[in-house]
Amino acid sequence: MTDDALLRDFEMRKPRALARAISYAESGRGRDIVRALYSQTGRALTIGLTGPPGVGKSTLASALVRKARGLGKSVGVISVDPSSPFSHGALLGDRIRLAEHFTDEAVFIRSMASRGHLGGLAGATADAVSLMDAFGFDVILIETVGVGQSEIAIAELAQTTLVALQPGSGDSIQVLKAGIMEIADVFVVNKADHPMANQLRREIRSAMEMLEWKGWIPELVATQALAGDGIEELWAAIQRHMAYLNETGEIEGRRRNAFVHQVRQLAMGRIERRLDVLLEGENSTGLDPYAAADRVISTLGVQLP
Amino acid sequence: MAKMIDRPSGLGAQPTPAFEEQHRRWEAASAKGRSRKDPGSGAVDRTISDVPLKVVYAPEDVAGLDLAEDLAWPGEYPYTRGIHPNGYRDRLWTMRQFAGFGTAAQTNERYHFLLEHGQHGLSVAFDMPTLMGYDSDAPQSRGEVGKCGVAIDSLADMEVLFDGIDMGDITTSMTINGPACIALAQYIAAAEKKGIPRAKLGGTLQADILKEYIAQKEWIFPPRPHMRIIVDMIQFCTREMPKWNTISISGYHIREAGSTAAQELAFTLADGFAYVEACMAAGMDVDSFAGRLSFFFNSHIDFFEEIAKFRAARRIYARHMREKYGAKDTRSWQLRFHTQTAGCSATAQQPENNIVRVAFEAMAAVLGGTQSLHTNSMDEVLALPSEKSVEIALRTQQVLAYETNVTNVVDPLGGSYYVEALTEEMEAQAESYFAQIAEYGGVIEAIESGFFQREIAEASYRYQRSIETRDRVIVGVNAFVKEDEPENIDLLKITEETERGQAASVRDLRTKRDDAAVRRTLESLRAACRDPKDNLMPHLIDCVNTYATEGEIVEAMASVYGRYTERAVL
Amino acid sequence: MNERPLRVVIAKAGLDGHDRGAKVIARALRDAGMEVIYTGLFQAPEQIVQTAVQEDADGIGLSILSGAHMTLFPLVVEQLKAQDAGDIVFFGGGTIPPEDARRLKELGVREIFTPGAPLQTIVDFVTRECGKRRTPAA
Ligand SMILES: Nc1nc2c(ncn2[C@@H]2O[C@H](COP(=O)(O)OP(=O)(O)O)[C@@H](O)[C@H]2O)c(=O)[nH]1
Ligand SMILES: [Mg+2]
Repeated sequence: MTDDALLRDFEMRKPRALARAISYAESGRGRDIVRALYSQTGRALTIGLTGPPGVGKSTLASALVRKARGLGKSVGVISVDPSSPFSHGALLGDRIRLAEHFTDEAVFIRSMASRGHLGGLAGATADAVSLMDAFGFDVILIETVGVGQSEIAIAELAQTTLVALQPGSGDSIQVLKAGIMEIADVFVVNKADHPMANQLRREIRSAMEMLEWKGWIPELVATQALAGDGIEELWAAIQRHMAYLNETGEIEGRRRNAFVHQVRQLAMGRIERRLDVLLEGENSTGLDPYAAADRVISTLGVQLP
Repeated sequence: MAKMIDRPSGLGAQPTPAFEEQHRRWEAASAKGRSRKDPGSGAVDRTISDVPLKVVYAPEDVAGLDLAEDLAWPGEYPYTRGIHPNGYRDRLWTMRQFAGFGTAAQTNERYHFLLEHGQHGLSVAFDMPTLMGYDSDAPQSRGEVGKCGVAIDSLADMEVLFDGIDMGDITTSMTINGPACIALAQYIAAAEKKGIPRAKLGGTLQADILKEYIAQKEWIFPPRPHMRIIVDMIQFCTREMPKWNTISISGYHIREAGSTAAQELAFTLADGFAYVEACMAAGMDVDSFAGRLSFFFNSHIDFFEEIAKFRAARRIYARHMREKYGAKDTRSWQLRFHTQTAGCSATAQQPENNIVRVAFEAMAAVLGGTQSLHTNSMDEVLALPSEKSVEIALRTQQVLAYETNVTNVVDPLGGSYYVEALTEEMEAQAESYFAQIAEYGGVIEAIESGFFQREIAEASYRYQRSIETRDRVIVGVNAFVKEDEPENIDLLKITEETERGQAASVRDLRTKRDDAAVRRTLESLRAACRDPKDNLMPHLIDCVNTYATEGEIVEAMASVYGRYTERAVL
Repeated sequence: MNERPLRVVIAKAGLDGHDRGAKVIARALRDAGMEVIYTGLFQAPEQIVQTAVQEDADGIGLSILSGAHMTLFPLVVEQLKAQDAGDIVFFGGGTIPPEDARRLKELGVREIFTPGAPLQTIVDFVTRECGKRRTPAA
């Protein structure tokens, strides 16, 4: 497909064109298409979904899609899974939970492999959000890798960040301890049918008390994503957070963060690719590592302290 | 070198100097050996499940074994050597072959034939839509109706299935899990319509949902609500159906999904214990229901490993039932099991070779002390088996039972250094899995975390790899391959007409029944689903009696419980 | 050299839950450096094709062991055509008798793998055929 044809198909809202455009962005060829469409972005509501593996992020995503569809809104979903550092292959399995939406034309689901990116997102996630936004989706849900503590990127990219935790799990307690608290706009205690759900709520509350909050204080919602319980409340909490952002003007700050995130990804991507090429010729004889780094940086053509 | 012998009552006697001298000579001679280079020699030092093997086993390998505590006598706790004092001398195992295809009427004809030829137990295989809770006219059922079993959409079909059969006089085994409670309700209703009270009905329901989440994947509802359904069924049968075995806890499918022997053993027993715990949590006395639990294992091709697995299963089960769950009745300590030869060991290439595999696997099951046995037909990997191959499979059991003489001595491998060491190894591996499952918080939590699925996927990938690299040989597949194999094997085919006919008949049924009654009973079923104190079984019987279809009943239950999907684990 | 990994949808259609084969293949493809989108069990042809379109997949591998292959494979081929996605490499596996496999290949299924097919053969097939599909596009 030529780039012109792609753009034409995209303008005609053909799903295949959106799918292909995201692939372009993933392979470092997104420049033309994203630039051409960027003026059409800025309308979508972006929701980030993070939390340890297995808490029910994908299941929550599916329930939120159901809710949004019930309100007549179209939804784009981006699910990020890790790539193998060795083979670079990946198993992308979040879709399983979203199967009920596969044939709904107003829902578009894209799985992305992290391809070595840290921070729980893929390098091109921001581009994918822009493309889905331009395509016209009302709501965009972004599910992160959900491993460990490097989940800060999602808070930059999304307007509202949900942090999902589950009762009776060591991982969830680790997350509380690890200072992920600050990125949450809404805490979701999923699997609320579990006997230890109340204890987790207490732990979240007491962890929150350790911090000083100004402006928005994170809400706490209990859900049972599988059965759909608590999704109304979760949706309402998201709406309140959005209203807060809009009323206080903080939405501009969030948009700026997302923009900066995207710029950083693009710039870093280019630097890294160049760096990879330069380092390929490097060997351990001759220079000491500092001198070698100086040389590489000067070849990059940038001035760094 | 010989270990310190800490239990003087063990099988490993104190080595004499002469024996030690022989040992040293053997070590020297053995070290001079050169490894074989032929295909398959890459795995001479481990079982098919990757349990490391020594060249030879000796008293030192069973030095820790206590004769009374670990081995005992046949019919004695912990039943390592079998649950019957006389083994197969008093009673052979039950030869039970599984059947069902097409419509209820076709299967009913087959049942009449089997009963006339002296079979006492019937075994129902359902088709995929029935197993998954879809009616024959649902879009999900396209291309599947009547294919791998019989289609049962409503009580009407169940009535046809048992038409002309005295349901009070036979036992019926029904292989169904997700909608097992509905099949049971239909069976009861069909019998009561003929005037046979439910208390007179004998048979077994598979109803083991946990292994569905772990391996076979024929689930409907999520695990937690489904555990309640199972407890309701066990409670109901305990009260009203004294001759009915509510649940058959199955490792067969776990193994078919690619697990190791130890995983099959550990995961199956863990499932069994989870049911025990759930019933006890619901306030039942363990001895009131434990006697009705039975197990179902796979018999794979690694002969001694399988025997060790069966022996370990009995020992572990007895120990947990007595020590952990406080069962007092000896019957509650005894693990009874059905065995089926491994479908996954059969090959599509040179299918006749499967006859030989089945014979070895069947012998392992018998040497392991199985209570009943299904031998696979040679062409089951390809499609529904032909009549000829079903007959050979049955004859294989008869040769085993009547000609080989392996039935004359109880637990003939008891005391074998190798088999006893492997039995201990199986038990140790199982206990280590139990500990890991406990760390997750239990079987359900481990399922939700994908633990079992991951372990099995890992094992099955390793196994597949060992075949690719020819570390392991499968005759006719990666060695001794015959070029230009003929492809024409007689296969039984189910036509599309079956599907159209069955779909039409369920649509027709919906126009003829009392819809108001259907709606009313479904509503009360929904209410019962929401009320954990109610028992679902009476409501289900009401529903089926109004000719509500299986699909409608499942839909009603799913509206309360939701439907399960699993996370991807490779 | 491809600038991004091949993407392949591995799907299980029909009502049988036997996903052992599908998973072993998904894993082998992943280990060969591909991005494998696993749809989970019980997928309808429409769902599988929508998935492949949205994921911009290079190939679809479909596993069916319930005996419904002569119904479900042709439906996927039909859906691919309807979505103007006939260029996606569609292959399958399962217990499929040779005469059925021949008919399915006539209908447009690129390859049928039966039990016992070596993993490497499947990986090589996907690498080659999906790779070909990439080249003209670039
Ligand atoms: N009991 C219970 N299980 C849930 C709930 N939500 C999700 N699950 C299960 O948790 C597991 C992991 O869900 P998934 O959405 O894949 O988690 P993710 O890894 O965070 O995306 C699955 O088995 C779900 O069925 C819930 O509310 N209650
Ligand atoms: Mg997920």
